[in-house]
Amino acid sequence: MSIELKNITKQFGGVSAVNDVSFTVADGQLVALLGPSGCGKTTVLRMISGLEAPTAGEIFVRGKRVNDVPVQKRNIGFVFQGYALFKSMSVADNIAFGLKIKKWAKADRDARVAELIALLGLKDLEKRYPHQLSGGQRQRVALARALAPKPDVLLLDEPFAAVDAKIRQELREMLVNLHHELNVTTIFVTHDQEEAMEVSNRIVIFDKGRLAQIGTPREVYEEPASEFVARFIGVMNVLDCEVREGVARYGELEFPTHGVTDGQRLRIGFRPYAVQVSNDLTAHRHFAVLRHTYFLGVLLRLELELPSGLIIRARMSKEEYARLNLTEGREVSLQIRQYRVLAREGESLPPEVSVTHSLSLSPGEGI
Amino acid sequence: MAGIPKRKLSAGHRKSQRGTEESPFVKWLLITVALLFSLVFLLLPLINVFAQAFAKGFTVYWDALKHPNTLSAMKLTLLVTIICVPLNVLFGLAAAWAITKFEFRGKSLLITLIDLPFSVSPVVAGLMFVVLFGLQGFFGEWLADREIRIIFAVPGIALATLFVTFPFVARELIPIMQAAGSDQEQSALTLGANGWQTFWYVTLPSVKMGLLYGTILCIARCVGEFGAVSVVSGHITGKTDTVPLHVEKLYNEYQGAAAFAVASILALGALLTLGLKTWLEWREAKLEELAQQAEQAITQ
Repeated sequence: MSIELKNITKQFGGVSAVNDVSFTVADGQLVALLGPSGCGKTTVLRMISGLEAPTAGEIFVRGKRVNDVPVQKRNIGFVFQGYALFKSMSVADNIAFGLKIKKWAKADRDARVAELIALLGLKDLEKRYPHQLSGGQRQRVALARALAPKPDVLLLDEPFAAVDAKIRQELREMLVNLHHELNVTTIFVTHDQEEAMEVSNRIVIFDKGRLAQIGTPREVYEEPASEFVARFIGVMNVLDCEVREGVARYGELEFPTHGVTDGQRLRIGFRPYAVQVSNDLTAHRHFAVLRHTYFLGVLLRLELELPSGLIIRARMSKEEYARLNLTEGREVSLQIRQYRVLAREGESLPPEVSVTHSLSLSPGEGI
Repeated sequence: MAGIPKRKLSAGHRKSQRGTEESPFVKWLLITVALLFSLVFLLLPLINVFAQAFAKGFTVYWDALKHPNTLSAMKLTLLVTIICVPLNVLFGLAAAWAITKFEFRGKSLLITLIDLPFSVSPVVAGLMFVVLFGLQGFFGEWLADREIRIIFAVPGIALATLFVTFPFVARELIPIMQAAGSDQEQSALTLGANGWQTFWYVTLPSVKMGLLYGTILCIARCVGEFGAVSVVSGHITGKTDTVPLHVEKLYNEYQGAAAFAVASILALGALLTLGLKTWLEWREAKLEELAQQAEQAITQ
């Protein structure tokens, strides 16, 4: 076990930024701390680094309690959101800084700097100063500087927020490759669910200082623990249904569920990909009119209006859209192949409530 | 655009004037007034100092400068400067550090206190020290018993100067440190640096221009301070006269040429300071420009 947080709480002037958070990160994992801004994820990262001390709770690294270990002694590498490169030092001096502080011999230092320069593709930039670098280059210098003293854990605060979309993609791939190569336990903070899904092998989702869910990208997408997670990770249609005759209903839609009683209200959620659309009006039970089509690249998002006025979102490939010969204003039939019961915000779902329909995603779908 | 006749456009353009712009008459009037004012009130007096200094010839000028009393005044001024500048640099750094890096109770009070010497008249500042350390003062008797002389002696002059020049370095550093934030320092901490290493390798290099600038201003004020020093010095010729006090004394003794000769040294110092300050600003701007050019070259 590499890092363990036990009931961590952090208060700033009486306001809880982080509330009773516990999770573990195994050795060599690449974990994303995900959540909207102000959810406490950066504070958690800073507490792991030692830059911030928890108000209550314990942090263990490799089984050793580190609450009282100062930041300098935790052997972590930290990449700040704005990179925080030393402005008055060259690229090489920035990378060598941690080694100099840790009193590495000059020859070892030079060798390590050269190694990182090569690893991060910073060749010929050694003598440049931070203000002479592009955003992507600065990010790579910050990574090199953090990695130079061979940290046990690499912590990154919104590492890709400050660069443009194209560079961001490159940097994401670079981080994945670096992690693959070095196998150093890595935790990064992001507010971008797509980034978290793409880069990490585990996602820790925060909501208002509390832990909302931990899981693999697939788990949090396919089995969101709450409505918050469901809405935050990707697009989800959420309906506030009433149970009648043992079936959750919303207008003309019906969602058979186990273990519910009449009169109970249930939140039912389904992803756009779970909505099956046909141009054959006899194919499915429900009818709808195609109101809008949004072009998202390979995929299209459809807004479908049911006779009751309810609008649900569906999704299909360009090819299928063409095959079905769909146009805006056209009437279609639809069915919902897969849905789930969602816990309300801050609530957990009673275990007896379960979903009848559940199809698994085919690889690559869903994000 | 192609359809619009070109001549008509340019004619209209000539007549039009941006709403934010003054009329040429007002513009030139303002510029002339500003220039005239600087000429009459700033440049002419300065030139006059040198003119008066050399009015009775170079020999008189040179004699005034090498007179033992003048030399002694220069020595004292130098001594006071050497005492006060390092102390205020240290204090300025410490105060700016404390104010920008920590949150604590009484922070705004500290900021106000740093500004106090700016708002208090130097004469009042001098009197404060007399009240504290003078013979009839608060600690007067205690000091007299131990034969420690502060007022009408070098320690008093140094104290008064220290007080007056108190804010220069701190005031210069606080905005720079505030703008820089503490990210670089935090980076250094995560890389294992202790507080001293962080300060030495990270903070100091990033504020060095501001520090230099503040130090120059501090030196200028140390050398030129009159009011506070005048109250505590006692004006003992050849002993407790600083250069500005000596100038006044010479002038009051109807030795105009000598007074201006010594004053010319102060004026020269002021000009040098101004030149140095301008050069630093120019260099900073130049570096900034280079950095921007480099940035543009990279993004293109």
